[in-house]
Amino acid sequence: MTADATSAPVEGARTASGPVKDGPGAARGPRARTTTAYLRYVAGKVAGAAVSLLAVLVTSFFLFRLIPGDPVKFMTGGRQVSTEQLASYRREFGLDLPLWQQFTGYCGKALTGDLGTSYQFNAPVVDRITEALPNTLLLTGTAFVLYTALGIVLGTRSAWRHGRLGDRVGTGLALTLYSVPSFWLGLLLIITLSVGIGPVPGLFPTGGMESGGEEGFARVLDVAHHLVLPVVTLVAVEYGQTLLVTRSALLDEMGSDYLTTARAKGLRDDLVRRRHAVPNALLPTVTLIFINLGRTVAGVILVETVFSWPGLGGLFYQALSVPDLPLVQGLFFVFSAAVIVMNTLADLIYPLLDPRVGR
Amino acid sequence: MDTNDQYGGQHDTRRPRIRHRGRTRGAVPRRVRLAAAAGAAALVLTAGLATPLDPAPREALAADDGKRTLTVAVAQSVDSLSPFLAVRLLSTSIHRLTYEYLTNYDPEDNHVVPGLATRWKSSPDKLTWTYTIRSDSKWSDGKRATAEDAAWTFNTMMTDEGAATANGSFTANFEEVTAPSPTELVIRLKKPQATMTALDVPIVPRHVWEKVDDFSKFNNDKDLPVVGNGPFVLTGYKPDSYVRLEANKDFWRGAPKFDALLFRYYKDQDAAVSALRKGEVSFVAGSPSLTPAQAASLRNEKNIKVNDAPGRRFYALATNPGAKAKNGEKIGDGHPSLLDQRVRNALFMAVDRKTVVDKVFQGHAVDGAGYIPPRYAHYFWEPSAGQELAYDPGKAARLLDQAGFMRNGDGKRVGKDGKPLNYRILCHATDPNDKAIGRYLEEWWGALGIGVTLNCLDNVTDPWLAGEYDLAFDGWSVNPDPDFVLSIHTCGALPATPEDTGATDNFICDEKYDGLYAQQLAEYDPAERANIVQQMQSRLYDLGYMNVMTYPNAVEAYRTDQIESITTMPSEAGNIYGQDGYWGWWSAVPADSGEGSGGSSSTGVVVGIVAGVVVLAGLGVFVAMRRRATAEDRE
Repeated sequence: MTADATSAPVEGARTASGPVKDGPGAARGPRARTTTAYLRYVAGKVAGAAVSLLAVLVTSFFLFRLIPGDPVKFMTGGRQVSTEQLASYRREFGLDLPLWQQFTGYCGKALTGDLGTSYQFNAPVVDRITEALPNTLLLTGTAFVLYTALGIVLGTRSAWRHGRLGDRVGTGLALTLYSVPSFWLGLLLIITLSVGIGPVPGLFPTGGMESGGEEGFARVLDVAHHLVLPVVTLVAVEYGQTLLVTRSALLDEMGSDYLTTARAKGLRDDLVRRRHAVPNALLPTVTLIFINLGRTVAGVILVETVFSWPGLGGLFYQALSVPDLPLVQGLFFVFSAAVIVMNTLADLIYPLLDPRVGR
Repeated sequence: MDTNDQYGGQHDTRRPRIRHRGRTRGAVPRRVRLAAAAGAAALVLTAGLATPLDPAPREALAADDGKRTLTVAVAQSVDSLSPFLAVRLLSTSIHRLTYEYLTNYDPEDNHVVPGLATRWKSSPDKLTWTYTIRSDSKWSDGKRATAEDAAWTFNTMMTDEGAATANGSFTANFEEVTAPSPTELVIRLKKPQATMTALDVPIVPRHVWEKVDDFSKFNNDKDLPVVGNGPFVLTGYKPDSYVRLEANKDFWRGAPKFDALLFRYYKDQDAAVSALRKGEVSFVAGSPSLTPAQAASLRNEKNIKVNDAPGRRFYALATNPGAKAKNGEKIGDGHPSLLDQRVRNALFMAVDRKTVVDKVFQGHAVDGAGYIPPRYAHYFWEPSAGQELAYDPGKAARLLDQAGFMRNGDGKRVGKDGKPLNYRILCHATDPNDKAIGRYLEEWWGALGIGVTLNCLDNVTDPWLAGEYDLAFDGWSVNPDPDFVLSIHTCGALPATPEDTGATDNFICDEKYDGLYAQQLAEYDPAERANIVQQMQSRLYDLGYMNVMTYPNAVEAYRTDQIESITTMPSEAGNIYGQDGYWGWWSAVPADSGEGSGGSSSTGVVVGIVAGVVVLAGLGVFVAMRRRATAEDRE
């Protein structure tokens, strides 16, 4: 997952800068023409996103039909069932219909917001997803805000003082943590901070999102308490990426003439950095932010598993192991949709950040 | 700017030119320090705040509001909380705790004891069963549980396809169910059925459930507390987070000793073991069984008891009996040499079960014999000395010679077609035991001159149903009533045609076995029925299609400073989680002291303060190092 994300910013940046070449005359045109150009740009991006979403809808249906396994056999495995019951299961899930009929039924329902019924939980897929979604957003959202802020701040500082001890240690640490498997770090944190070592008893819960049975403010505190370790794990593993992208983007800017000009005006160093260098260097980071934002929905399967967090990642894993086709399809669609929507948003925001884009 | 390399010297050349450097530098660390201090303060606050409020020990131990909660770490998601739909172990265990069944099984030796029914009798023609329903069982909303509730439950399962989802097989042979009076339930059968005192069906309150429109969609998890009459009442549920049960003080057998039972989710078993060590949970479920490493790490821990319980599963090596459908058509491509009983017996005689138990299961299993595990003493069967296929590679080689599978020049045994014998073994990729035993088989059978191809798959169902295997690792959990695990080897369980799916496990179809099966199903005398069941196991053993290697233990663990005593099933040596009954959780006695390893709030505060000091000290070191690192800039 992380590997995709690393290569993605480059991809996003390339798409975003594409239109620059196409419209050399646009810069000279009147304001109205600029607006029209922007609208055309928006329409193109939105249409592209819609096509991607449709493609995902179709792919998700056929892709997961490739998973070997008979869901009915899995669900009835190890217990007493009659042949009539097996047939009734198949009828109920629509597995007795030919594939193309299953597909048209699935598409028709999906367009009305019905993603089908989960085989194993016997509940609408939409219900299961909306139950788990807030939990995942709480975890990954909190972590996202923290690691993005931390990555930008540290990345900026690293670039500004690159080559110095602080930069080398900071970058080294970020790279190390970035390479650490999240489940391993999570387990280490559980062993040290949850169970406690030696005379120090554990400070944080071992897993889960709540103790069960708390109400009101006590529950808020309880959930916050459970949130600490998984968030720390995620931040530790993820902030390095933002740091590195911010750092290298800023380093690219640091040779620019306008910075010399700014200094020549007598601006203080941190003003040069904050007002001139950082805003210009932030573009790749913004791409990364939106990609990460799209990924927050997908959750983090490993961290959710280690900390027993009742989110979408865990749900996806359970759905795959059956295979619970409607649930797998639904989750895949939601995950993809989040990434597509966020990327489109990034594309739409670019022209506002950098007027050269989208003319 | 200078022409220097962007990433190299440029920085250094610029620095001396910045006049305000000193001032700027001063400003930055101040901000950093402020931010860091705020961060540290937040950490100290969380640690300090969190610990005194730490709900974990309170949950697992005696609570401050006087409630005693038993917390159990589980991993399996609830499939449904509706008794008509639930099939998973956790969900059905919850139903055992929240609803009464007609009968129950004695924790000591699994014999049938009264549940909602106090007495039962069958008519001389064996087709009518009359149950006397107890009058002292009340639903948690105050109404009395009656025979009418039971009749309605069964009738709903017989008439509504959705309601038959989970337990429909129990009512398949029912002709009619009536309740002539609140204390009398009458079931008429189509043909005799010996399992009438083993109907594992939760009886639900009619006045609540008759409002349900669609049983196939209703999951019984919204309207809490759920009305029930078991030893506990379901009061809280968050998917994959927790299931909360409160003691039913009016339970007819007596109230449970704990006030509440909390199933809390730990998707990772190492994390669950950590939670037990910490005292956050009282019990770690042995489903799946704890690994030998986990068990070993807990064994010497203070206040923790590892329950290495005899399991209810058998673990076998199944051989393809030349799979066929009911219509006689061949299914799949099982090796023809396996149709010779001498070959099957020879293969099993070359399996060193002692090594399997000692090396693969590291002692957490029992040497296999008959089909039904020894915990069901009533039905357990062992081969006599003359019948036993004991480990004897020499004898196995002689049997193969007799069967005509001789070694060729390369030392390989060849079949009638002159080709070397090579068997495909179907193994579960997710089960390390399958893989480890597979390696041993390669070695043991290799010594006999037989080749082995291990076919380890995530999904073994497809090749299995298609009969595309020679041997396969197989295992089933056995219920106190063995009817089901016996039924899956009858000819009646075969698929109708190769395109259909049958209930059969391994395509076994043996006339003698089938005769015995029908006989036991119609035998209402327990001792006589057990005798027939033992004959069936003897037949199965000789046939060599199901070779039971071991009975794996269910390894689970609990804190003795939180649970003083708890009933295992069978009581002599048995499991606690996933019992056929509510005995374990119902009987559990809380430990008197509240001094578990969870720690009291005063130590929590101390620890919070210590943690804060450590963080602050670390911060101080960090700032000092930073200042030293940038000392040259300050001039």
